[in-house]
Amino acid sequence: MKLHEYQAKEIFAEAGIPVPESRLASSVEEVMEAVEDIGYPAAIKAQVHVGGRGKAGGIKIAMDEDEARQAAEDILGMDLKGYTVEKVLVEAGVDFENELYVGITMDRSEGKPVAMVSTEGGVNIEEVAEETPEAIAREHIDPAFGLHPYQARKIVFEAGIPRDVAFDVASFLSTLYDLYEANDASDIEINPVMITSDRDVVAADAVMNIDDDALFRHEDLAAMEEDSYEDELEAKAGEYGFDYVRLSGNVGIIGNGAGLVMTTLDLVDYFGGSPANFLDIGGGAKAERVANALDMVFSDENVDSVVFNIFGGITRGDEVAKGINEALEQFDEIPKPVVVRLAGTNAEEGMEILNTELVQVEGTLENAVQRAVENAQEVSQ
Amino acid sequence: MSIFVDDDTRVVVQGITGGEGKFHTQQMMEYGTNVVAGAVPGKGGQEVEGVPVYDTVAEAVEEEDANASVVFVPPAFAGDAIFEALDTDLDLVVAITEGVPTQDMAKVNKRLSEVDTRLIGPNCPGIITPGEAKLGILPGNIFEEGNVGLVSRSGTLTYQVVSNLTERGIGQTTAIGIGGDPIIGTSFVDALEAFENDPDTHAVVMCGEIGGEDEEQAAKFIAENMDTPVAGFIAGRTAPPGKRMGHAGAIVSGSGTGTAESKISALNDAGVPVGDTPEEVADHIEDFL
Repeated sequence: MKLHEYQAKEIFAEAGIPVPESRLASSVEEVMEAVEDIGYPAAIKAQVHVGGRGKAGGIKIAMDEDEARQAAEDILGMDLKGYTVEKVLVEAGVDFENELYVGITMDRSEGKPVAMVSTEGGVNIEEVAEETPEAIAREHIDPAFGLHPYQARKIVFEAGIPRDVAFDVASFLSTLYDLYEANDASDIEINPVMITSDRDVVAADAVMNIDDDALFRHEDLAAMEEDSYEDELEAKAGEYGFDYVRLSGNVGIIGNGAGLVMTTLDLVDYFGGSPANFLDIGGGAKAERVANALDMVFSDENVDSVVFNIFGGITRGDEVAKGINEALEQFDEIPKPVVVRLAGTNAEEGMEILNTELVQVEGTLENAVQRAVENAQEVSQ
Repeated sequence: MSIFVDDDTRVVVQGITGGEGKFHTQQMMEYGTNVVAGAVPGKGGQEVEGVPVYDTVAEAVEEEDANASVVFVPPAFAGDAIFEALDTDLDLVVAITEGVPTQDMAKVNKRLSEVDTRLIGPNCPGIITPGEAKLGILPGNIFEEGNVGLVSRSGTLTYQVVSNLTERGIGQTTAIGIGGDPIIGTSFVDALEAFENDPDTHAVVMCGEIGGEDEEQAAKFIAENMDTPVAGFIAGRTAPPGKRMGHAGAIVSGSGTGTAESKISALNDAGVPVGDTPEEVADHIEDFL
């Protein structure tokens, strides 16, 4: 789960990390009230879950009332990489001399969190990481002990942070690690940290993503989640609790287990079709969940045919078959042709239950995918 | 022969009184696995499927001489359950649970470096040595005894590829689902090393997917250390960058690392043929044998 900048900044500020004065606004009037309080220069920043907001025109600096109004009108309601901007953060501009990068994330190849600090802040840190990785100082953290203060000092000195603010940045880093651990964050980043002309350090941006698997122990954070789906179908998938990704093709794909569903997508492509979606019903799915999955895929008007690919382990074929029947028996006419392939746990029981007047049945993965691709070609003609 | 589990493996099931724990205990026993105990805090003294339940894993080890555990404990308590298992000096812990918080696994990972126990998973289907034992949720009937090893990050993809092999009469020494989470106990390299050292394993299938760099590391290991031939499969060729495809690990970053292409070319460079379909993987294995 991603937090918005304004949400992450509230959490940072509470933990003692200095952030610029700011107000949240969702209308031009609210922006104008906010800049009156905060003064100029003011940054107007779109609150949407996309990277590179600045480059895409989602962040503007206003030097006076006219510019603030213009920025508010431009940004509120704009489409930013598929997301509509409904809220902006109006923030006091910071007079800065240097921009730094600090971040903590999980290094999966080491199985440990890693802290990163660089003096090359304020630009695309991914580019820095790729082109001049030596410009980012890194230190792995033993999750049993946390980030030792000496490690925080070591990394800021290694990164070449100016000496007069090095200890402030080190203490920033320690606070960030505490937040990372306490909130089950998957990433926590500030880019840039600004060093002001008075040599104060200020978090000018804030990124905080939470491990979805840990949300059960962070009700406060879960409650902060704001709908940020690219379209209605993804919102619906969120309600049903599916792993779902909408794609641009016309063959709807439902399966169990991420690896097998991805393989089904790849095979649709291999046999000359084009996948409309990735939909994983997950392990141990019961009949209702299976019916919801079909409802999902039928709701996508781009879908011309559906392939249902189940290899049961913890999932049982008879439950899946029941769900398919339940979903399809509601229709007088099946909206799109459905090909089913059932294998594994209780597959035979499933095949006996399955209403074969409503679906086509194939015994192998390859045949099922090929038939679904052919169905899609026929329907779309 | 086989790797990690065999006839002598004596299993304690953590979470045996839950729905999945109970069902799969029965399935494992039907397959012939020696399930000797269950462990559920507060449920000591009960019996499930004729198996005695203890309050702690330590008691199960002491009373029933268990040397392996299978974890069917819900995600909120799974990290703790794995820690408990690691404190009893078992040879093997197989964690089936999906959705264990990553920071819990980082702590488990640290503990793993201090003990001699092997962890498989979490978020995995388990491990099976056909004809001897299965620890986990894999459907036993699709496997057959033979001389091909299989290691996979995805459960259902394991089943798919195994069924392609079995249908041609190609059996397996051991099949392992290592799980798709960012932090896991047993890696591709660990499994490949064990298969390389198993004289009865004559060929290996490795099923990977987009995300992370584990397959690239495995390719390097194969090139430098393996004589046993390996065939590969990589899921997620059509996955768009930046989208999470189910598994926590199955996400392609924008910068081109972790893509299906980079994994396939790393494997090809290591002399590993990668099939376009599961059928093609079976073709390659047939050629090796």
